[in-house]
Amino acid sequence: MGEMTYLDAISDGLREEMRRDGSVFCFGEDIGVFGGAFKVTDGFVDEFGKDRVLDAPLAENLIIGAATGAAIEGMRPVCEMQFADFISCGFDQLVNVAAKMHYRQGVAVPMVVRLPSGGGFSGGPFHSQNPEAWFMQAPGLKVVAPATAADAKGLLASAIRDPNPVCYLEHKGLYRHVKGDVPEGEYTVPLGEARLAREGDEISVIAYGSAVHLALQAAEELGEEIEVLDLRSLCPLDTDAILATARKTGKVLIAHEATQSCGVGGEVAALVSEHCFEDLDAPVRRLTTPDVPIPFSPPLEQRVLPQLDDMKEACRELLAY
Amino acid sequence: MKLENASVARDRSREAVPGSAEGLTRDDRALLLRYMLLMRLSEERAITLYRQGKVPGSFYDGRGQEAISVGASFVLGPRDRACILHRDLGAHFVRGVTPDRYLANFMGRSGGVTGGKDGNMHFGDRQLGCVGMVSMLPDMAEVATGMALAFKMRGEPRVALTFFGEGSTANGQWHEAMNFAGVHQLPLVFVLENNQFAYSTPNELEFAVDPVERAAVYGFPGVKVEGNDVEAVFEAARVASERARDGDGPTLIEADTMRMHGHGAHDDMSYVPPQMFEEWARRDPIETYERRLLEQQGFSSEEMEAIRESCKIEVAEAAEAALASPMPDPRLALEGVFAERFEPLGDGQAPWSRWAGAAESAGNGHRNGDHGREARAA
Repeated sequence: MGEMTYLDAISDGLREEMRRDGSVFCFGEDIGVFGGAFKVTDGFVDEFGKDRVLDAPLAENLIIGAATGAAIEGMRPVCEMQFADFISCGFDQLVNVAAKMHYRQGVAVPMVVRLPSGGGFSGGPFHSQNPEAWFMQAPGLKVVAPATAADAKGLLASAIRDPNPVCYLEHKGLYRHVKGDVPEGEYTVPLGEARLAREGDEISVIAYGSAVHLALQAAEELGEEIEVLDLRSLCPLDTDAILATARKTGKVLIAHEATQSCGVGGEVAALVSEHCFEDLDAPVRRLTTPDVPIPFSPPLEQRVLPQLDDMKEACRELLAY
Repeated sequence: MKLENASVARDRSREAVPGSAEGLTRDDRALLLRYMLLMRLSEERAITLYRQGKVPGSFYDGRGQEAISVGASFVLGPRDRACILHRDLGAHFVRGVTPDRYLANFMGRSGGVTGGKDGNMHFGDRQLGCVGMVSMLPDMAEVATGMALAFKMRGEPRVALTFFGEGSTANGQWHEAMNFAGVHQLPLVFVLENNQFAYSTPNELEFAVDPVERAAVYGFPGVKVEGNDVEAVFEAARVASERARDGDGPTLIEADTMRMHGHGAHDDMSYVPPQMFEEWARRDPIETYERRLLEQQGFSSEEMEAIRESCKIEVAEAAEAALASPMPDPRLALEGVFAERFEPLGDGQAPWSRWAGAAESAGNGHRNGDHGREARAA
């Protein structure tokens, strides 16, 4: 067990899996000698060679499509979208070819698509998006979004070992700001299991990714009995854990950085209202980015992305209900 | 300097493909005819089923294009892989799909290749080394590229082959696939079927430069063949697959042909000039080949009649079997979204005499190898 950043934990998980299984290879733009736009694969070429840390031309459909073909033929590709936003350019191969492959033909596609997502650094409308809800509307894709360094490593390993296409959302804002103890060597975290990040019995904040850290900080600063459930996996969703915390506190706030309509929050709210109606003591609330593109200029961006004060205010309102 | 290179490359792309094929035995030739007939007769039977209201959705076929899918896929070895498209039924038959499973797939029956999960020609039998198409074109060109990448990374002498129409060459994904195949000189055979129309849109509104010319600028040869001549297609694919297997990279084969039915059964082809249609009707690939076998290869009319008759019987029996196949259990609609485990594709049938005995030796050296340690330049 050693402390490392979220970013280093991703690299560590990837490196361990590449050492364990010779069929695992990385495929993406500028990931080879350059080590990737965020340096996740820094130094990988030296250990694994250029073929297993393969620089792709600027062609996202090719990255996803060729990875699909290689996966069908027994390789375990880990694709890197330079920014999650660019998955739009590879969307056809992802949702039409890879996602539907097993349902239509019984052909497994064991691949991972790493998606550096999230805003907060003036990335503007095309380098800040949180596109997870797009994938949840495409049956056949699994979706994970780690919040901690340990989960970043463990979920990546599980995603690589899973026989299905897995969208792995790594929040750029967490890369160097989040540190934590990470088990050494091989380490997996099962897909589909939420993590109880903080126990409490007054309200539940159900979150994932960057919003988990906002929720934890808000809970500390407010000094209230706030439970925080970190979803970690968005598909499959850990329905049991969601319903358990909702029943326990009777007050649910769902928080994420992605935009609101038809998002994860809407889905979780529906689950809670369908199954926990009689346990609820307050309306289910959501704290999300409003339905706007992510603006560039800092004051504009801060206005739309959920901030700590927004989280505290949302918690206070729900506590007082 | 660049211009000079380009013109050299263009010359190479114009190399003619010899008309008579190497390496075909008398039995091979009988099989080429047989698979083309099997495709023609199966599709005719499927149209009847469609008209009888037994085919949900629409109907698509490859009438007039039989020589391309049969001739090209005939070169494949057992461990080669194919992504077969909707005008290429013959390739499925060459690889081992039987007509009953094709007809059942069109009717959404449980005995269809997809068991009703997908319709018409949207199938590929994973047990026979095929990955089925999607409607978006030419998506499978990129999937085939990835399969070829895996072969190259593992140092396996295997080939991926895929088909697409000339319409696909207008799409950006076609460029992405060609470019990547060229960058890594992947073991790929791209078979472009120029059937003159993308649905109703003629060649002159599809591209300014013949797509076969573009192969050179991606760094590999493009060859043009008479697509209604099954041996010409076979020969081009044979040369291309040998090139690929030897590590010399991809080839783009453009096979000129004509789609003799509408895009789908609902399409009356009113946009096709009658004279053009009649001209291509005179070049029917099956009649042309029958004449050649009779006149140049010493086949007797009785022999060829026997081939046709056996195909008719096979298709009639297949239709009965397909009609007897039950509709799928509705509960299956909810199953199979996710895989529980990875299973490799099976190997395809490889009827070309070149591969006799190959299935037995396929396990030597290249199967279940340690991918990482065998990894080679990609």
